[in-house]
Parts: sequence; structure tokens; C-alpha cells
Amino acid sequence: MEVLLGITGKDYCIIAASKAAMRGATILKASDDKTRSLNKNTLMAYSGEAGDTVNFAEYIQANIQLYSMRNASDLSPYEVSSFVRSELAKALRSRNPYNVNLLLGGFDSIKEKPELYWIDYLASSAKVPYAAHGYAQYYCLSLLDKHHHPDIDFEQGMKILRMCTDELKRRLPIDFKGVVVKVIDKDGVRELEYIDDKQILAP
Amino acid sequence: MASGYDRALSVFSPDGLVFQVEYAQEAVKRGTCAVGVKGADIVVLGCERRSAMKLQDTRITPSKISLVDTHVCLAFAGLNADARILVDKARLEAQSHRLTVEDPVSIEYITKYIAGVQQRYTQSGGVRPFGLSTLVVGFDPGSKEPRLYQTEPSGIYSAWKANAIGRSSKTVREFLERNHKPDMDRAATIELTIKSLLEVVQTGAKNIEIAIMAPGADKTVEMLPADAIEKIVEKINVDKDAEASARRTGRGGAAPSAQGPEQVLASRPAGEGGPE
Repeated sequence: MEVLLGITGKDYCIIAASKAAMRGATILKASDDKTRSLNKNTLMAYSGEAGDTVNFAEYIQANIQLYSMRNASDLSPYEVSSFVRSELAKALRSRNPYNVNLLLGGFDSIKEKPELYWIDYLASSAKVPYAAHGYAQYYCLSLLDKHHHPDIDFEQGMKILRMCTDELKRRLPIDFKGVVVKVIDKDGVRELEYIDDKQILAP
Repeated sequence: MASGYDRALSVFSPDGLVFQVEYAQEAVKRGTCAVGVKGADIVVLGCERRSAMKLQDTRITPSKISLVDTHVCLAFAGLNADARILVDKARLEAQSHRLTVEDPVSIEYITKYIAGVQQRYTQSGGVRPFGLSTLVVGFDPGSKEPRLYQTEPSGIYSAWKANAIGRSSKTVREFLERNHKPDMDRAATIELTIKSLLEVVQTGAKNIEIAIMAPGADKTVEMLPADAIEKIVEKINVDKDAEASARRTGRGGAAPSAQGPEQVLASRPAGEGGPE
């Protein structure tokens, strides 16, 4: 019951990932960070099989950073998404596929546009304005369909995120321990303080 | 030399030399000069840049100073083409180290790795040694202590307070030995680097490249802009003139000293495909 959310707006991309590290029905940790920044302007959030996720994310991160060092320039979010997809697709057809779902948020500094890619463990990749993985899809996509607009400002984006996390707290049977929220914009990746202590009761 | 011992790489000559390695060291001596100087809390790399031909685009011509990782910088003297391979190996190792132990490399570790690669190429068949000396500078993760190492084609590595490699490196090293002081501040360190390079660089500011590294988590290398270098070169020249005229008046109008920077070097054609 891991939650990954992504929302793009006018000049930013918000990524939220649940803080609970779970094994079966047990919560092992309530401060897990399921994101990793790949270069100055891309952030990857991951969920799925426990070992696979971090292993895959670290592998991707190392390769993207190696590219940056070798070529003295960062890959754009689109280029990163293609690389990630091809690595997942390669693994999928091998003896040891990765069971990892990803959201890739970024800011393309040439186009000056935020970008969000939805990638699942079957290595399908789609550029989307907003995205969710796992059960969050059932509860959040309808909210996002209704309220999202391509050029919403940052405050509006955070408001929609709040609606999403409230709805998840209301509906999900297991507490996901709140979310880590990160924003990618022209200045790079930064973590936001996300106050999440209000009790939300089911209707 | 028809002894035959200079043919194979992994064969000693009777007097205990490996000729191919010596030849590689010769290639380094023909490369353009690179200088590294440690200050109190920064470390500076200076490079002589081959003077560009008229139609060359200097903005995007690769530099002799390259980043191995965000906190490690490398300058080389010798064969440019060999350097690309060596730098790439170092970058791969730096990232691989991060992936396996979740820590950036220490400067000594990456120097030892680079020297290790260079050594390997002096002892295996079918390859030739890297015609390269490198200066590796940077800061260990979490440390504010500047580091400066040198590697040689043979695979030797050593730590320095200030050093020079490449063409006329002996002149520059002697200059550094005379003028290096412990605990120099930022301005003094940069000035000493440029001053030492001016001993051997004929055309002054526009053929000098300066990279500065300072401690800090995400601070990468800072390349000193051309006009800033120009300014420092001017200052050095003014100081030098003042000193010279003071000496002249002191000696009662004796002949000017014959140690201007221009006399030291032999000219050489620009833009040939030789060692850089």
C-alpha cells in the first residue's frame, strides 16, 4: 500500500511518496524516503518489491551521474525516462526482472517546462500531467481529473496534493505514515515541509 | 638505440630500465605545463593552454582540466588522447565507488586507482603506457583539508604542497620551491599559481587556465574567467616592473636583469598534433 503521487504545474513538478516502509502488513519504518535525485533537475520516486526498488534506483542514479560527469551536462528528463525505460525493459526480458514502479519528475531547463513520466514494472512509460502508482490511483486520479489544469500555480498544486493525501488517509485501510514531498523546478530539487498531523476521519 | 630492449613493453633492459616507460615520461615532458598549488583552505590548478589556431573554436575545445567527480579535479600533461581514456576510467571508478559503498571517493583513493591503471599498462602485453602525468586535487568527503597528488606513467604517485608537470616543469617547480608559503589565502594561492605559470607561458593570460576548488558539500570546481586571469597577470607584471626598477635604482642603473619570463622558452609551432 505504497503511495506515489506526481503533479506538474506551470513551472514546477511535485512528487510525493509515502513514508511507511512495509513488509507484508507490518510497518517497519515511518520515515522512509522513496525518492532519489538523479541529476540537478530530475527526481525519481519508486515503489514495488523491497530489494529491487533501492537496487534499481541506485543503479540508475549512478549511471545518470556518470553521464553527467563524462559529458559535463545533465540528461534532460525525457532522456532520463528513455534510459530508465530501456533498462527496465532489458531487465524484464532477462532472468531477473525488477519489480519496480516509478514516477520521474523533472524540469527541462531548455524547454523551461516541468515534466512527469509514469513508468511501471512492465517498462511502459508515459509522459503525463499528473500521476499516481498503486492504490493511490483509485482515489487520486479522479480528484486530479477534476482539479488539475496544466498551468496551475504552485499554491494550487499544493492544494490539490493536500486533497489527494486527505482522500488517501480517508480511504486507505492502512496508515501510510504521511508523505515526503519534493519539488523540482528551475532551481533544482528541494524537499518541502509537509505538515500532515490533522486527523482525517472516514465518512 | 638498437639494443632491442625498447621493443617490448614488459622486458627490462640489462641495466634495469623499462624503455617504453621512459619514453612515456618523455611524452610528458613535451606536454604543456600544469601546476597545482595548495593554499590554507583551497587548492588551485593552473594549465598552460596551447595557443589556438585562427579558426579554432576555443569555447568548446576540451580543456586539460577535467572533473573526475564533483569533488575531484584532474589536470594532466602529456598525450591528450591518452588522457581521455584515463579520465574516463577514473570517472567510472568514482561513480562505481559511490554505488558500492555509498560514499564519494577520497582523493588518495582515486589517485591510487589512476596510478594503478597506469602501472598496469607498464606490465601487460599488447599495450603501451599512458603518456601522462596527472595532478589530482580536491577535498575528501567531509574534510576541509585540500589535497594535491601527482601520478606518473610508471604508476608512481606522490602527495605535494605545490607541484608542476609537463614542459619546463623543473623551472616551475623550482620557482614554487622558492615562493611557496604555508597557509596562503585564496588570492595568494591563485596569484602564485599564475605567477609560476608565467615563468613558462609565453603569451600570458589568454593561454592560461585556472581551476579553483574549495571545500563544501556541493561546491564543484570553479573555472576562473579569462578577464579575472588577465587582471591578475597585469598585477603581477606591475609588481615585477616596480621590483625591477627598484633594483635598478638600488644598483645605480645597472643593466636590467636577464630573467624576464620571455627568455626562458623556446618557441614552438602552435596547433600541431603533438603532446598537450
